[in-house]
Amino acid sequence: MSILVDQNTRLIVQGLTGREGTFHAKACAAAGTKVVGGVTPGKGGTKHEGWPIFNTVSDAVAAEGATATVIFVPPPFAADAILEAVDAEVPLIVCITEGIPTRDMVTVWRYMEGKKSRLIGPNCPGIISPGKCKIGIMPANIHRPGNVGIVSRSGTLTYEAVHQISQLGMGQSTAIGIGGDPIIGTNFVDALALFNADPETESIIMIGEIGGNAEETAAEYIKANVKKPVVSFIAGQTAPPGRRMGHAGAIISGGKGTAEEKFKALKAAGVHIVKSPALMGETLVEALGARK
Amino acid sequence: MKIHEYQAKAILSKYGVAVPRGTMVESREAAERAAKDLMDAGATGVVVKAQIHAGGRGMGGGVKLAKTYAQASELAGKILGMQLITHQTGPEGKKVRRLLMEETLPIASELYLGIVLDRAASRPVFMASKSGGMEIEQVAAKDPTAIIKEYIDPAIGFQAFQARKIAFALGLKPEFVGPAVKFMLALYKAYEETDASLFEINPFITTTDGRVFALDAKVNFDDNALYRHPEERELRDISEEDPLEVEASKYNLNYIKLDGTVGCMVNGAGLAMATMDIIKFAGGEPANFLDVGGGASVDQVTHAFEILLADKNVKAVLINIFGGILRVDTLALGVVEAARKTNIQLPIVLRLEGTNVEKGREILQESGLNFIVAQTMKDAAEKVVAAAAGR
Repeated sequence: MSILVDQNTRLIVQGLTGREGTFHAKACAAAGTKVVGGVTPGKGGTKHEGWPIFNTVSDAVAAEGATATVIFVPPPFAADAILEAVDAEVPLIVCITEGIPTRDMVTVWRYMEGKKSRLIGPNCPGIISPGKCKIGIMPANIHRPGNVGIVSRSGTLTYEAVHQISQLGMGQSTAIGIGGDPIIGTNFVDALALFNADPETESIIMIGEIGGNAEETAAEYIKANVKKPVVSFIAGQTAPPGRRMGHAGAIISGGKGTAEEKFKALKAAGVHIVKSPALMGETLVEALGARK
Repeated sequence: MKIHEYQAKAILSKYGVAVPRGTMVESREAAERAAKDLMDAGATGVVVKAQIHAGGRGMGGGVKLAKTYAQASELAGKILGMQLITHQTGPEGKKVRRLLMEETLPIASELYLGIVLDRAASRPVFMASKSGGMEIEQVAAKDPTAIIKEYIDPAIGFQAFQARKIAFALGLKPEFVGPAVKFMLALYKAYEETDASLFEINPFITTTDGRVFALDAKVNFDDNALYRHPEERELRDISEEDPLEVEASKYNLNYIKLDGTVGCMVNGAGLAMATMDIIKFAGGEPANFLDVGGGASVDQVTHAFEILLADKNVKAVLINIFGGILRVDTLALGVVEAARKTNIQLPIVLRLEGTNVEKGREILQESGLNFIVAQTMKDAAEKVVAAAAGR
């Protein structure tokens, strides 16, 4: 088991014929993902690197039975690409694109209410269940199949956690980057609920960062529902207030959204908090040891 | 992106949001002329308002009232060029280069209106409170129920009934409800169409002669939407920003200058923040936040280096890269080239992982340059902090 993706996932790539799309489609396929085609309006009926190209997402779904799509489309067109995938009822939509205007995402979020699709991202590295399926831009070679579920707002910091876990001889059930934007499709609570229900996931690492209150909401959820050990790191303990730290969503505004508040909420929920990003793996080992 | 009050008011005015009459000036002479024009047009007094990108200007002495244009001119002379220190500027303050000269109004009541994205609800929320002039965060801390909220459904936008609900909840007298509703609807239209990320009208005032105005206005734009608003880009005032940050923005580098001695170059915003955190953990102080991004080129890495080294407080540099899209060998080439080009004398600690890491390490070794190589983040932070301290 794993969450959201596995060896049966059939992936299409929106923006496959672009440079990024091509590079990462190949990398996903090399990691074992069943990449079944691509969507580039105007290039339908052609082939690209051996994959069939369709004009619309609906065409790709009808022809190839796609169950997931990954979006490598520039920011001005990315929201439209998500909406098209929702309309085509693709169960899982992963949007890698960084820099989508907030107003566009407000519209997307509203449109998705009551629809059949789940969105991961935008502004995220994607999702991987090592050995089964990789949808995104993460380096597959640092991952190992295993029982740790990882969920994070940051891309490279997810890799850091994955690497630490793999170095310690453990592996990941699924690692999911939920994205650094203020509006994202899948949040911490969604991911935690999935990991909590997944028998293969025995422990969870949750990586948050300053800004918003998603970590506090996650803490409440963990306290009420999660019995598996959870280790959590929050990036931005030294971030100055009022400044946007790279991610559109990473900002301490009006004294709210600090790392300190988030650590406090998580600690109160029984989460094993780790203040040094170098110790995420070791802390998890300790948490697992304490449980046995 | 932040803009000045006078720019925000010009935008609001275009959308039919009532603002006091006023003019932006950059010299004492122009200030005197503007004050005279306002008084000739019937104003009974003039407010001289410093234009900087920070709140708390009044408390810092950057907002003064004048009864005559001569007095306005004198005040303008004092405020122009001063280092205005507020709770938002930091101890060094900000130099005042522009003033807004504005008519005074007979204030009856001061209220608060704001529109902001509610991240948890994934939609904008219209906020109001009776405590005009107070920061909304303070109001929230004191009594959260004192904040009136109306969530905006993006499918239909902000509706008149919602504006009426806010007007009545604010306790406005019947004669003000109509004008306030019109004001709020125009305000939302401006927020929506300009792709703003924040609107604050604090205070929103009613006057003794039955009118409503935005006495102050704070507007921030969504950086991600600037591509479709070239007119908003024109409003950027780079004199309000750190010169190194302005330089970095030219090369699409996410750089924020801080006060420490350990410069850092990292890929990814989360890892960059975590690197700052671990430097502090090891007993050092980060000199900056720098995210070179996922797809940095040799050229970008070189520029990033130059910007790091332009900060004279930097005593050692930590490069922490976890190659995903950004391949480690590409980065290594950039680092070697930049180190040669800038003839760097400072200690550089490198911690590299991910795609093509072996090739990257080879490039660094063969360069013959004196890099300190670290294995883990902890190791890297300890080595760089020691190097920065001259140990």
